[in-house]
Amino acid sequence: MAQATRKKPIASEVDTALEARLAAQPHFRTLRLGTPFQPRIDALGLKQDWYSWAGYRAPHSLWDEELEYFAIRSQAALFDISPMTKYRIEGPGAEAYLDRVTLRDVTRLQPGRVHYTAWCDDDGFVLDDGTLFRLSPTRFRLCSQERHLPWLLDSAIGYEVSIEEETEAVAGLALQGPTSFAILRDAGFAGVERLKVFDLAEFAHDGATVTISRTGFTGDLGYELFVPADKALSLWDRLMMAGELRGIRAIGYTALNRARLEAGLIVANADFTTSEHAIRADRLRMPDEIGLGFLVDPEKGHFNGRRAIFEARTKKKLRHVLVGLEIEGNIPAEHAIVYYRKSQEVGLVSAAMWSPMAKRNIAIASLQRPYGDTIVDDLWVEIYAMRELQYQKLMKKAKVVQRPFIKLDRRTASPPADF
Amino acid sequence: MTSSEVNWDAIVIGGGHNGLVAAATLAKSGRKVLLLEAGSDLGGAARTEEFAPGFRVSAVAHLLNRLHPDVVKTLELERHGLKVERADFMPSVALSKDGSLVLHGAYGEVLTGASPTEQSAWKELRAQLLRYAGVLKPFLSRRPPDLAGMSIAEMTGLGQTALALKRLGKEDMRDFLRVLLMNVYDLLDEQLSDDRLKGLLAFDATLGSHLGPRSPTSLLGLYYRLAGEIGGLAGAQMLPKGGMGAVVTAIRAAAEQAGVSIRPASPVAKVVVEKGRAIGVVTQGGETLRAKTVVSATNPATTILDLVGPREVDTGFVRKVKNIRMKGDAAKLHLALDRPPQFSGVDAAGHKGRLVIAPSPDHVERAFNPSKYGEFSPEPVMEITLPSLADVSLAPSGACVLSAVVQYAPYALRAGWAAGRPQFLKAIMAQLETYAPGIGATVRHAELLTPADIEARYRMPGGHWHHGELQADQMLMSRPVSGWSGYDTPLEGLFLAGAGSHPGGGISGAPGLNAARRIIAMRA
Repeated sequence: MAQATRKKPIASEVDTALEARLAAQPHFRTLRLGTPFQPRIDALGLKQDWYSWAGYRAPHSLWDEELEYFAIRSQAALFDISPMTKYRIEGPGAEAYLDRVTLRDVTRLQPGRVHYTAWCDDDGFVLDDGTLFRLSPTRFRLCSQERHLPWLLDSAIGYEVSIEEETEAVAGLALQGPTSFAILRDAGFAGVERLKVFDLAEFAHDGATVTISRTGFTGDLGYELFVPADKALSLWDRLMMAGELRGIRAIGYTALNRARLEAGLIVANADFTTSEHAIRADRLRMPDEIGLGFLVDPEKGHFNGRRAIFEARTKKKLRHVLVGLEIEGNIPAEHAIVYYRKSQEVGLVSAAMWSPMAKRNIAIASLQRPYGDTIVDDLWVEIYAMRELQYQKLMKKAKVVQRPFIKLDRRTASPPADF
Repeated sequence: MTSSEVNWDAIVIGGGHNGLVAAATLAKSGRKVLLLEAGSDLGGAARTEEFAPGFRVSAVAHLLNRLHPDVVKTLELERHGLKVERADFMPSVALSKDGSLVLHGAYGEVLTGASPTEQSAWKELRAQLLRYAGVLKPFLSRRPPDLAGMSIAEMTGLGQTALALKRLGKEDMRDFLRVLLMNVYDLLDEQLSDDRLKGLLAFDATLGSHLGPRSPTSLLGLYYRLAGEIGGLAGAQMLPKGGMGAVVTAIRAAAEQAGVSIRPASPVAKVVVEKGRAIGVVTQGGETLRAKTVVSATNPATTILDLVGPREVDTGFVRKVKNIRMKGDAAKLHLALDRPPQFSGVDAAGHKGRLVIAPSPDHVERAFNPSKYGEFSPEPVMEITLPSLADVSLAPSGACVLSAVVQYAPYALRAGWAAGRPQFLKAIMAQLETYAPGIGATVRHAELLTPADIEARYRMPGGHWHHGELQADQMLMSRPVSGWSGYDTPLEGLFLAGAGSHPGGGISGAPGLNAARRIIAMRA
C-alpha cells in the first residue's frame, strides 16, 4: 500500500514531463512565428509573399507593392512592427545606464519623448541602431533590429536597472501617411493632436493602455502604437474601422522600404553590417562611417566605444562614408558598384529606387574615403539592366546629395493636418 | 572631502611587493611617487607575521625562487639588505614511505635516492626543461607582444625569442613545440620511471593552479617555475632570513631611498576618472589625491570593477575582466610546534629543505579530482618548510615553525569553509602524521588559511595568489585580459602592476617592474 501511494505521484510527474515534451515536439512545423496581428494579416495577404523578420512571418507585400507604397504617401498605411526587438529597461539607474550604452545624451531625453540612437562595442563599431522611448523618468523602451540581451545585461553591471525583453509581450503597429492623424482622432484617441514629432503619450484601449508616439520610418506624418499582445486585434480593428473612409491599407515591407529610402533612413544589416554579424574585419563600421556621427555626444560622460571613436577621429582612421546619391536616368542602381572616373572601384550602393515623390533616381551608398568625403566629383555607378535575357551595362553619373531625399512639411506640422 | 594641494606624478595603489617595486622604479626615474597601502603593514602576501605568541612565519609566499634579477639590480636590493648566498639554497625532498629522494642544488643539479638509470634520465630531462624554460624566460621581463601594433623594440624582442628557439636546433625546437602545451603527467611518463620523482614534478607543475597533472597544459606551470631564478641559478630556492617580510623590507628601503612617500593604513575607495582619464584617487578617509599617473598593484578585477567602476569603461572590457578565472585552490598551513618534527628517513639537511608530500603523479591527480566538484582532497599534497631551523628568530628557543602550502582546497568549497576548515585540517594532520610520526602531539597552535581566509586577509579575490589562474588562456597577451596585456588600461593614465598582469604571481617583482618601465617608456 505504502509503495503504491509513493509510486503514483512519481509516475504522474513523469507523465507530465513527457506530455510537455510531446506537446513541444511539432515546434518545427511552425517555420515562422505569427505576430499578434497574424489573423488579420493572413486574411489580407492575397499574394502570400512572406519573408522572415527576426523569425516572424512578415509580408513583403500583401496585395500590390505600388499601391501599398502610395497608401503611405496619399492615404494611411498600417504596418505590423511587432517583430521589432523591444526591451523594457527600468529602474532608478535606467537613465545613467542607457547613457553609457548608447551614443546620444539620454539625460536630455525628456519623459514622453523618443529619440533615434545607436550603440557601439568597445572598438566603436556599431552594434545596432534603434529608437529609445522614455515612458517615464525611470522606464524606457529600446527598439532595435537585432537582439542584444546578453550585451544589455552585461552592460547593466554596476547599475540599478532591470532589463527584460518584451518583443513577444508587446505588439506594435506603424500607422503612416497623411490621413494617419485623422484616423487616430476618429478612432477616439482624444488628445492625439497634441503629439509633436517624437512625442509619446498613453491612451486607453480596450481596458488596457496603448502607447502612441509620433514617430515612424517613412519621413511622413505618422504614428507608432504599442499595445499588450492580447489587445492587438481589437486595436487593429479599431483603426481599420475608423480609417475606412480615409483610405487605410495594410502594407508589407517593400512599400515601407521605399518610403524609408526617400526619407534617407538606413537599415541595419542592409545598409551596413552590424558588428556582431560581421565576419570580415573590414565590414565593421563606426558611427561616422554610416552617417551616424551626429549621434555621438562628446560632451556627455563615458559611453561604450567612446575611446575608440574619438581616437579614430583624431588619428583620421575613419575609412568609409555613407552618402546619398542622385543618379542620372531612371533605372534603379540597386547594389551597383560605385566608380571614381569610371574605372576605380570606390564603393557600393546598398539601396536604390526611382523616387516617385522626389522625381529623382536616388540611392544610399557606402564609399571608401576620401571618395564621398572630400572627393565627390566624377563618381559613377555601373547599373546592370536586364533587357530580355541580356544585361545592358549602363555607366551613370552619380552626384553626392543631402539626405533625406524628400522633406514633407506634414511630417512635422503641429497641430497635424486633417486630411 | 578634503583635497590635498600636493600633486603627485604617480600614485601607486597597493603596497605588496609589486606595488613597492613599481613605486621604487618610478621614483628612481625622478617622479614624485605616493604609495597607498590599505593594511597597516606593507608587503601584502609577502609579509612575515606572528601567528602564535613568539612564532613568526612568511604569510602566504614562503619560498624565494623567482625574484627577478632586473628587480634586484634596478633597485640595488643587495645594498638594501637582501642576502642571497649559495649556501642558502635548499634541496627539495620527495617524501615517500619507500624512502625519500632528494633534489640537491638548483632544482636537482644532483639527485640522490634514485637508481642510476633514473639519475641519468633526470639529468637529461632537467637539462631539457631548463633549456625550454629558457626560451620563455625573456618574456618575463617585458611586455607581452602586442599583436595590434608592435614597436620596433618589441619586434626585436620577439625576434630574440625566435632566435633562441632556432638555437635549440631543429630536433629540439620541434620537441619544444610538441611538448609546450602538454600535460606534465604524460611528459614525465615518457622520460622517467620513479614515482617519487614524478610525483614531486607533478606537484610543482600544478602548484597554485586549478589543474591536475593530467590536465592539458599543466606542464606550463613547471616552465613558469623554472623560468624563475635566484642568485643567477634557474630553479634554485631559498628561505629568506627573517621570512619573506625581510625581502619586502629591502624593497621598501630601496623605495624610501628613491623618495617614495609611503602611507600604510590608507585604503583607496575609488579611482577618480574624468573624461576617460584617471586623474587621482579618493581614499576611504575621503581625501582626494591627484596624480598624472595612477598605478594599481592590486587585483585587476578589484581595480576595474570596484575602484574604477564598470561605468567608466566599456561593456566588452567589463565582460573580460569579470571572466578572469581566479578561484584559488591552495591553502596555507602554519603550525607552532613544541619541537622540530622528525620526518622519517630524512637527514638534518633535508629537514632544512623543502619537503614535498606528493608520492606519485596519480596521488596528485587523485588529490585534484574532488576539487573539481567543490570538495577538498581527502589526502592532500603539500610542500613543507621548517623555516625556524635555519632562522631561530622565527620561533621561541627549542620550538619550531612549520609552514606548508597544501592542495587542493577549492575556494568555493561546497560545504563552506566554516564547516570544512576543521575537517581539512584533520586530513592534513593525518598526512603529516604519516610522514612525521608524533608531530600531532607537538602542535601548540595551528593556523589554516583557506582561500576564503587568504581572500579576506590579503585582499586577493578568490584567495588566488596569482591574482588570476596562471594557465595558457590567461598568460602573456591574454593577461589580465586579451587586448590589454601591456599594463595599460582603456583609461588613460591608469596602469596595472600586480601579479594579475603578465607574467604572473610569485615573489618576482616582474609585473611591478615591467609596468613601471612601460610608464617610463611612454613619457620618454
